[in-house]
Amino acid sequence: MTDRAVGGDPPLSPENDRVLQQLQAAVPLTRKDFVSDQEVRWCPGCGDYSILAQTQKVMPDFGYPRENIVFISGIGCSGRLPYYMNTYGFHSIHGRAMTLATGLKAARPDLMVWVITGDGDALSIGGNHLLHSMRRNVDIKVVMFNNRIYGLTKGQASPTSEFGKVTKSSPSGTIDHPISPLTVALAAEASLIARSVDTHTEHLQATLDRAGFHKGSVFVEVLQNCNIFNDGAHRDFTDREVREDRMLMLEHGKPMIFGKDRDRGIRLNGHQPEIVTLGVDGISEADLLVHDEGDPLIAFMLSRIYWPEFPVPVGVIRDVKRATHDELLTAQREEAIARRGAGDLRALLEAGETWKVSE
Amino acid sequence: MTTTREREPSVQDLDRVTIRFAGDSGDGMQVTGNQFTRTAAVFGNDISTLPDFPAEIRAPAGSLPGVSGFQISFSSSEIHTPGDEPDVLVAMNPAALKANIVDLPAGGALIVNTDAFTGPNLQKVGYAENPLTDGSLSSFTVFEIPISTLNARALEGLDMTTKQVDLTKNFFALGIMFWLYERSMEPTLRWIDDKFAKRPVIAEANARALKAGYAFGETTEIFHTHYRVAPAHLAPGTYRNITGNEATALGFVVASNKAQRALFYGSYPITPASEILHQLSGYKQFGVTTFQAEDEIAAIGAAIGASYGGALGMTGTSGPGIALKSEAMNLAVMVELPLVIVDVQRAGPSTGMPTKTEQADLLQVVFGRNGDSPIVVVAPATPGDCFDTAFEAVRIALRSMTPVVYLSDAFLATGSEPWVIPDVDDLPDLSVPNRTERAGFQPYARDPVTLARPWAVPGTPGLEHRIGGLEKADVTGNVSYDPDNHHRMQMLRAEKIARIADDIPELSVFGPDRGDLLILGWGSTYGAIRSAVERLLAEGRSVAHAHLRYLNPFPRNTGDVVRSYRRVLIPEVNLGQLLLLVRARYLIDAVGYDRVRGKPFRIAEIEAEAIRLLDELEAAR
Repeated sequence: MTDRAVGGDPPLSPENDRVLQQLQAAVPLTRKDFVSDQEVRWCPGCGDYSILAQTQKVMPDFGYPRENIVFISGIGCSGRLPYYMNTYGFHSIHGRAMTLATGLKAARPDLMVWVITGDGDALSIGGNHLLHSMRRNVDIKVVMFNNRIYGLTKGQASPTSEFGKVTKSSPSGTIDHPISPLTVALAAEASLIARSVDTHTEHLQATLDRAGFHKGSVFVEVLQNCNIFNDGAHRDFTDREVREDRMLMLEHGKPMIFGKDRDRGIRLNGHQPEIVTLGVDGISEADLLVHDEGDPLIAFMLSRIYWPEFPVPVGVIRDVKRATHDELLTAQREEAIARRGAGDLRALLEAGETWKVSE
Repeated sequence: MTTTREREPSVQDLDRVTIRFAGDSGDGMQVTGNQFTRTAAVFGNDISTLPDFPAEIRAPAGSLPGVSGFQISFSSSEIHTPGDEPDVLVAMNPAALKANIVDLPAGGALIVNTDAFTGPNLQKVGYAENPLTDGSLSSFTVFEIPISTLNARALEGLDMTTKQVDLTKNFFALGIMFWLYERSMEPTLRWIDDKFAKRPVIAEANARALKAGYAFGETTEIFHTHYRVAPAHLAPGTYRNITGNEATALGFVVASNKAQRALFYGSYPITPASEILHQLSGYKQFGVTTFQAEDEIAAIGAAIGASYGGALGMTGTSGPGIALKSEAMNLAVMVELPLVIVDVQRAGPSTGMPTKTEQADLLQVVFGRNGDSPIVVVAPATPGDCFDTAFEAVRIALRSMTPVVYLSDAFLATGSEPWVIPDVDDLPDLSVPNRTERAGFQPYARDPVTLARPWAVPGTPGLEHRIGGLEKADVTGNVSYDPDNHHRMQMLRAEKIARIADDIPELSVFGPDRGDLLILGWGSTYGAIRSAVERLLAEGRSVAHAHLRYLNPFPRNTGDVVRSYRRVLIPEVNLGQLLLLVRARYLIDAVGYDRVRGKPFRIAEIEAEAIRLLDELEAAR
């Protein structure tokens, strides 16, 4: 089962076509071109520094002129990122960045629009907008910093905080079950869904690259450490010594293998995933599940498995193509013009029954 | 209907007639009213209408909550309101009679569908006795007509169910009214053909029902008179009938064209504002983009995003939606982008009475945000005025780079009147340039006259900058927590809005420019106030009318106007909101007159209150 081919590749709108041509002619930019003059004000040691650096580093890859790139954020520590990008930027209100991005992209399909958000911003106060911007396939790249805590308000439980977590707002332990961001993105029909880690700089760059080149709604969860209010949030599986054994690096079309010695893998037993060791009981690579970015069942399974029962999947779990929101809007406008002709104001005002009163 | 008249009915000329159609919400009363309205409008009468329908789509059939009504006043002279009370009430069932008879004055005509006055229908609304037979209607001229039966007979032979046949009885009733007021059936017959083009049997049935009703009026002996209401002497021009919501949508489309900016309208379905979204979604060929958002907040967020990108961003809702949008409205205040926010007010608080009118969101839109948050507020006065006021809202938003609230209401939104179609070439150019020049660019540098900041849209090379909800440093727009800067920015934001008063017309007065009593209004109270003042002036009383289109800022001369009269009366469909603003701002002892029943004022109510005050002043002289 695959929904990769559903709808086929949407045709490039003439507007986007022009943009691409301009891009090819543009002078290549470097990371430095994307560093703004504003002093970065996150806590020393915050995972956000790395995410900012990798974002600035990949930005020249897309060939967009700086002025055609917009970063929109909500509220939270992540929300400050646009100030540090030397592009157009809009630091909006809590949870609503995706709504502004939707309107901007609808009005200006020529722009590349990134949304920077956090676990509270995207999954709590802004949860509804995440669902709907993804299902509409708005061509925006949502990067959600997940530190599993409210940092800017100084340490309350977030929608991704683990059950029972003791915080300032949950001294007896939070009784709210954590949400799975990737499952939510999948249910919302995001057309590219990925996960990466703040400190895994190369992996993060590669993931952001995939996000930037994708046309359609992107949801990237970046596992991020808050060294002040939730230090070691993801340490159990992201630390250098353990990461190869405890994380699963996904590659499209490749069997799901992990481990320092690349000797373990994921196999389906019936419809349940299980960890197997290569070479034991005659198990070979051929028995392993092969990653398919177009398969919704694999994507669902990958969105559900997590440490400590399973290695944590990172990389692109889903990449499908369908027409974007702005393409569909443009097509409807063009169709209306083709059918009714470009709007004539006089005819509009005089529509229906009219009568004349003379002097 | 086989009988023929033995004597011709007499014809009587009338200046003005008000008819109220009332029935079950499934009886098609809105369609009936609209058809009568179109016919009267095209005939050349001045008209004013008041649809009155329940929030429930189909309340239990025959119940009081399910009663739907449509009042139309048509006249051979200029009128401003849909009439205080009906001259004729058409009641299709006992519930419609019970809900509306209280408004019919003694001597009024009552046309009832006797077929619906059966035991269960009477019991459902608490009639112990049949009102048609118990003498309780003796003060009215009652015309008892078995509309359902007669209509069914007229439709015999058509391949339709009994239920389908019954659904056409409103056209029979309309036919009777067309005969009674010497109206042509042609416009409605054309409409039926058009509307049911794909369902020829239904088209045939409705046409037959209409003609049968007309023929019934012609041949029956129960009507001794029929009536003529001559065309009105309206100002020259090409006219059409228009509702407030239609005029609002047209005003926005024309304004966006005159501003050379694509219109983006983000909205979430809400009564009574949805019609604007529906209208605009049909105007894609004008470059209009409509966006039905997931909620009220997304609707305004997307509109702000579109404005940020250089489009003309707008959002529309009713009062509960404004409550949800207020944080985003404040963001627009802070980032100083043009935005129009439509509030079609309805009766509150909370969900209130969704289909009923009220003017009680004024203070919400003026003040209902955190921090000192100055915002422009304009309000249309009549359905046709919605066009001009919508256009004006866009003009101000663009000129001053500011959010503007456009405060309509349910009465304006669904009510209609003849409207002189403007010549688009006569309307002013609203275009404002984008900032493109790099030299000296500062995101929060201001125009010396309007204090507007530059509109530097993404895609403009060299003007990359960051904006947001955090306080801005003056000129640079960088984030600033500097105490003096915050004070300066608050003053600048307030002054920017205050200066709009230099750019709007002064408040004009109808009647003497000084005297005993000024009636000051805003929004949809215009018609009732103007009519009351016309009557009082004709009686030689010292009274004048001023109507505020601009509620923030007020026109420059508002203080002078209100101080030129011994007394100022402010009638509002709220508990005194403009009153509070005027008293606070101008330190005058204005008095309020408030009626919040989900209905517009009657002329007579305002007239009576004005007379009471005038007599008091007289006595004190």
